[in-house]
Amino acid sequence: MNGFCSVFKRELKGYFATPVAYVFLVIFLFFAGYLTFKQGFFEIRQADLRTFFMNLPLLFIFMVPSTAMRMWSEERRTGSVELLFTLPITVPQAVLGKFFAAWAFMGIALLLTFPIPVTVIYLGDPDMGLIITGYLGSFLMAGSFLAIGSFFSALSKNQVISFILSVSACAILVYAGMPTTLNYLSTILPAGVVATVESFSIQDHFDSILKGVLEFRDLSYFVLLIVGWIWASSMILNERKAS
Amino acid sequence: MTYWIGNRTMDNLLISVKNLRRTFGPVVAVDGISFDVGQGEVLGFLGPNGAGKSTAMKMLACFLPPDSGTATVCGHDIITDPVGVRKSIGYLAENAPAYPEMTVAGFLGFICDARDIKGAARRQALDRVVKTCSIESVYHQTIETLSKGYRRRVCLAQTLIHDPKVLILDEPTDGLDPNQKYEVRQLINKMAKDKCIIVSTHILEEVEAVCTRTVIIARGKILVDSTPELLKQKYNASLDEVFRKITKTRHVA
Repeated sequence: MNGFCSVFKRELKGYFATPVAYVFLVIFLFFAGYLTFKQGFFEIRQADLRTFFMNLPLLFIFMVPSTAMRMWSEERRTGSVELLFTLPITVPQAVLGKFFAAWAFMGIALLLTFPIPVTVIYLGDPDMGLIITGYLGSFLMAGSFLAIGSFFSALSKNQVISFILSVSACAILVYAGMPTTLNYLSTILPAGVVATVESFSIQDHFDSILKGVLEFRDLSYFVLLIVGWIWASSMILNERKAS
Repeated sequence: MTYWIGNRTMDNLLISVKNLRRTFGPVVAVDGISFDVGQGEVLGFLGPNGAGKSTAMKMLACFLPPDSGTATVCGHDIITDPVGVRKSIGYLAENAPAYPEMTVAGFLGFICDARDIKGAARRQALDRVVKTCSIESVYHQTIETLSKGYRRRVCLAQTLIHDPKVLILDEPTDGLDPNQKYEVRQLINKMAKDKCIIVSTHILEEVEAVCTRTVIIARGKILVDSTPELLKQKYNASLDEVFRKITKTRHVA
C-alpha cells in the first residue's frame, strides 16, 4: 500500500511540476469547448450535453495516449526504473500507482469542463442524471485509454512509438463501433460477426452510457478493459524492466 | 562451510550468494558466482568492463531476477522475498538514476514515502543524510540543474536514508572530483564498521583505500577472492599489475 501511495503522489505531483499538465489542460479544454460549439451547442436549443460528450472519444484518442506515453517509456529510458524497482515497491503497485495518478489527472481535466454543464443548468433545466452518467462514461473511457497507453508505454522505450501504437489501438476500439465502419462490415461479414465487432467497441458502450442508463454490460466492459490492459502492463514490465 | 578470510561467523553474515547465474540471450553475464559477506566488511568488486559486476549487483538488489542460483540478504531470499531484501539494502545504481524534474527535497521525500519513514524519524533521517552527503546548498534545486557530482551525492543520500545494514554501491565515485572522491571514501570507511558494503570500481587505489576484501571477476566468473594486502604480497606487485596479470592471463586461457 505504501508503494502504491508513494508512486501515486509522486506521479500526480509530477504532472504539475512539468509543463505537461498545463499544456494538456489548455489544449484539451480548448478543443472540448471548440468542438462543442462548432457542432451547434446553442443552435440545437436543447438543455443537454450530448454535443459535448459525443466529441470526447475522438479527442481522447489523441489526448489520453499523449499523457500515457511517458508513464514507463521515460522511466526506462532515463534508467530511473532501476531506482524505482530497487525501492520496496512491487511492479503491480507501481503500475497501479502510475495508472491511478494519470486517471486522477484525467478526472481533473474533466472537472475543469464545468463551465459547459453550468451553462446548460443556467439556461435550461437539464436532466442531471444524464449529465452525471455522461461524465462517468467519459471518465471510464479515459481510464480505458490510459490502461491501453500504459501497456504500450511499458512495451517500448521510445515515447513516439508508444504514442503511435496506443493511438492506433484506441482508434480501432472507437472506430469499430462507428456507423460507417459497421455499414461497411455488414456488406462483407455475417450479421452475427458485425454485432460482435460492435459489442467490442468503446463507442457502442459509451453511447449506451450517454443515454443515461447504467447497464452491467457497459460497466463491466470498461472495468474488464482497464483490468486486462493494466494486468498486461504489469506482465510486460516484469519482463522488460531491465532490458 | 568454510569461510575464507576474516572473523566472519554465522551471526554477522549479511550477504550469502550461491551459484548466481544470469544470461542475456547467448551472453553469459554472471556465471555461477558464490561468496559471503559479513558485517564490517567492505568488499571491492573488481573486473574489466562487461565482467558482470553490475549484473551481479542488480541481482542482489532484486532488480534483475537470476536464471539460476540464489542469494540471501539479511536473511531475506532474493527470489522469494524481494521486497524484504529491498527494505534492508541501500542500492546506488551505476548511472545514479533520479527524477530530473524533481527538487532534491521532493526526491528525498518520495524515497521516505516509499520506505515508510514518517514524522520525527523522517526529519532526523533527512537531516542526517543531507549533512553526511553535504547537499544542503542544493536542497531546493531541481535535480536536472545539478552537476554530476552533486547528482551522485543526492543518489547516495537516497541509498543511506533508511540507514540500511547492507549497502550496494555501483561505482560510487564515478564522475566525482578528487575531493569528492576522498569524501565518499571517508564516508564509506566511517560506515564500514557496522555495515556490510559492496563497492564496484575500476579505480584500484580506491580498493586500497576502502576495501577489506577484493573479489576479482571476469567473464562472469570469480577469479580471486582475497584481501588487497594478501594479493600484493602474493604477486609482489602493485594492485594495478596484479589486476592486469590476473584478468589478462585468465582471458587467454
